[in-house]
Amino acid sequence: MKAGILSYGVYVPFYRLARAEMGKAWGIPALPGERAVANRDEDSLTMAVEAGLEALVGTDPASVDALFFCSTTAPYLEKQCASIAALALDLRPEVYTADFTGTTRAATVALRAALDAVESGSARRVLVLAADTRPGEPQTAWEQLVGDAAAAVLVDAQAPVAVLSLASVVSEVVGPWRRPQDRYVRSFEPKLETEYGYVRSTVQACRAALEKAGLGPAKVARAALYSPDLRGAAEVARQLGLDRSQVQDPLLLTVGNAGAAHALLVLAGALEEAKEGDRLLLADYGDGADALVLQVREPLPRPEGRRTLGQYLASKRDLPGYGAFASLRNLAGRPEPRVHSSPVTYWRDVAVELRWHGARCLACGVVQYPIPRVCRECGTRDRFQEVKLSRRGTVFTFTLDHLYANEYLDTPIPRAVVDLEGGGRAFLEMTDCDPQEVRWGMAVETTFRRLHEGAEFHNYYWRARPIRA
Amino acid sequence: MSGIRDRVAIVGVGCTKFGELWEKDQDDLLVEAAHEALEDAGLTPEDVDALWVSNFFNFTGQSGGTAVEPLALFGKPATRVENYCASGMDAFRNACFAVASGVYDVVLVCGVEKILDQGARGLPQESYHPVFQGASAPGLFALAASRAFHEWGWTKEDLARVAVKNHKNGAAHPKAHFRRPITLDEALSAPMIAWPLGRYDCCAVSDGAAALVITRPEVALDTRHKDDYVLVKANALAVYSVQPFYLGSYNWLGFPATRAAARMAYEEAGIRDPRREISLAEVHDCFTSTELFNIGDLGLVEDPKDAPRFVADGLADIEGEVAINPSGGLKCFGHPIGATGCRMLYEVTKQLQGRADGYQVRDPRYGLAHNLGGPGAVASVTILARRD
Repeated sequence: MKAGILSYGVYVPFYRLARAEMGKAWGIPALPGERAVANRDEDSLTMAVEAGLEALVGTDPASVDALFFCSTTAPYLEKQCASIAALALDLRPEVYTADFTGTTRAATVALRAALDAVESGSARRVLVLAADTRPGEPQTAWEQLVGDAAAAVLVDAQAPVAVLSLASVVSEVVGPWRRPQDRYVRSFEPKLETEYGYVRSTVQACRAALEKAGLGPAKVARAALYSPDLRGAAEVARQLGLDRSQVQDPLLLTVGNAGAAHALLVLAGALEEAKEGDRLLLADYGDGADALVLQVREPLPRPEGRRTLGQYLASKRDLPGYGAFASLRNLAGRPEPRVHSSPVTYWRDVAVELRWHGARCLACGVVQYPIPRVCRECGTRDRFQEVKLSRRGTVFTFTLDHLYANEYLDTPIPRAVVDLEGGGRAFLEMTDCDPQEVRWGMAVETTFRRLHEGAEFHNYYWRARPIRA
Repeated sequence: MSGIRDRVAIVGVGCTKFGELWEKDQDDLLVEAAHEALEDAGLTPEDVDALWVSNFFNFTGQSGGTAVEPLALFGKPATRVENYCASGMDAFRNACFAVASGVYDVVLVCGVEKILDQGARGLPQESYHPVFQGASAPGLFALAASRAFHEWGWTKEDLARVAVKNHKNGAAHPKAHFRRPITLDEALSAPMIAWPLGRYDCCAVSDGAAALVITRPEVALDTRHKDDYVLVKANALAVYSVQPFYLGSYNWLGFPATRAAARMAYEEAGIRDPRREISLAEVHDCFTSTELFNIGDLGLVEDPKDAPRFVADGLADIEGEVAINPSGGLKCFGHPIGATGCRMLYEVTKQLQGRADGYQVRDPRYGLAHNLGGPGAVASVTILARRD
């Protein structure tokens, strides 16, 4: 197979919650470790965009022919999410987009489709995004186990990571599941779901893939395995005859089960540690299993500015307790703030909103944002070149605003006037930071977020955050 | 351009009590202010040839009917004006043009706002754009204050001294929203609204109305104030960016609209040294930091970063060099958006006529009123003097 993996990207939200806090809050046993927690302005789409941005560092977004978005928690039931991500990633209007949903295996389902597309020649380069924010029921182990994260892989005909074989099995075990009317992930009998669902089909798919590749388990440098719980991956490895040292960290003690993003996230960890020539086993599960044997043919490019999984795991802030988590998740069910919006305006201004485009005046050279008709600096009309703005900038001035939508907020919203590198000035809300940290001259970067629910749709835009280490 | 200087006279002024007036509606307030102004002029509603009414957050419709309906002046020409928080003074400006042109003899200018009808948490959201929504009013003005803290070393104490001064002044005014002096500590320990602005740095959100009757000087000789009518020496308006947060060249230190309007107004009034010539100024202190910026933008200090010194040294007190906000200002008198510009002119007129019992500035010569709207976007400066 010519098609392989050209690059990858991951995203783990800034906030984490120690599972001990969740156990303490409910008076139930706590699982070890911590879980990643999406901020209140994040969802699976915004996190997928962040991972996609990482995967595209050093790559021209215009070179992407197709974009797949994978999640069990797509923010829209009806309306595609890949189409929104395509704009946020500034892809060409001709890009082919699709959403893969409904199963935690969505990412490898999409990866196979991406490989097929490149193999067939219908696309030269395909970006697969996967993200999840699985809703675990409060006061259960589920709530502790799941974690929020995203991962992305870029599939290309000429890629350093080759696909040696792939195999799939289908397995119809009811569980876990979530109907439209279910607020949380449902499970009937975890023993059945794990033993006869996850373990059996994952082992089957892996054996088939290894056999196709003509490899014994000893030849696998690392196995990147989806794992529904803390013990699952170890049991699959045992049945496959893999040594513990061959199993890539399943991230359950640091991130949690990241649903559709999980397998690609673990794979990213394996790719970061892989040496030239290493063979990797990737397995994903959800109503059946997919397994791929990969080989690292040459060192993966590590473009400057792309953060590794290790960096994302280290760059974090612990939530002070379960109350903070409950507030981010709005477990109290507070009504959304009433904010004006209009899908008409949103549609018309999509280049400046989502593509993050500004304009350079061809008469005076000043980069401006949003795009005016008459230059705000020299008065020349309609002589602009649309330009992509930088994601990085510095805070020129700021405030910590306690008033929003006619409410007094105890925790203020930091709002900053940001001078962007290379020109343009934006006015952005800040996120992922303690308001008291904001300072003049602070280095910030844009991050894709869900602003509000005005006009009862998801109003996505960019916010600024302190640059994540 | 022949300008407006000495061509318009204020012959009657009226103003309601400002505050949280739960039991009154917009019409009550407008009628009370307008009739007070007409009585002050010794005129009746039937004498009014035309009306200009200023109102920003209108909950009852947006037309000249805002004034015609409650006053039952059906059939009269009436126009509603809005220009952010400078709406009141812009209604006055348009009315001045009508009088100076000779089209009308007697014009009623009024401004009213019944803001508390929407609840008591700041102002309603203005922007309908999905993502370019700006910030709260305190948030926007705080962006400028924040920059002055960084660039000029202004402090919370500098802001608090403005609040203490304006509360002291307002306590003496029977129509002010707040009538209680405060201490520096009280101002400094108040909850934060939009850093660095705390609760005592923010003006009151108030209901209220104010009105003026204007005419030409020769007609003024037939009114009750024939001996002490007040002349318009200058009126200037400047509009700057309503989205200054996207302007890369803006330094956030003060408001260019005020500087432009002041320049035009001083030129028209023939004022060369405003600090020496202006006796009192009702300026737009929507926030304490804004008053400090205004002092600089209006040229009352040589270097605008020294404005806090001007206040700290008592030069802005009623007995100071230029009494700034002897009424208590927006901070303490209150800020019903559409009414404020008219209220400032009411106040300056009374001061110039020596009718400001309890808070009178001694022997005033020129009085200035400065109305500012949006994120420093719209500024109107009016200069008044008593007839010779």
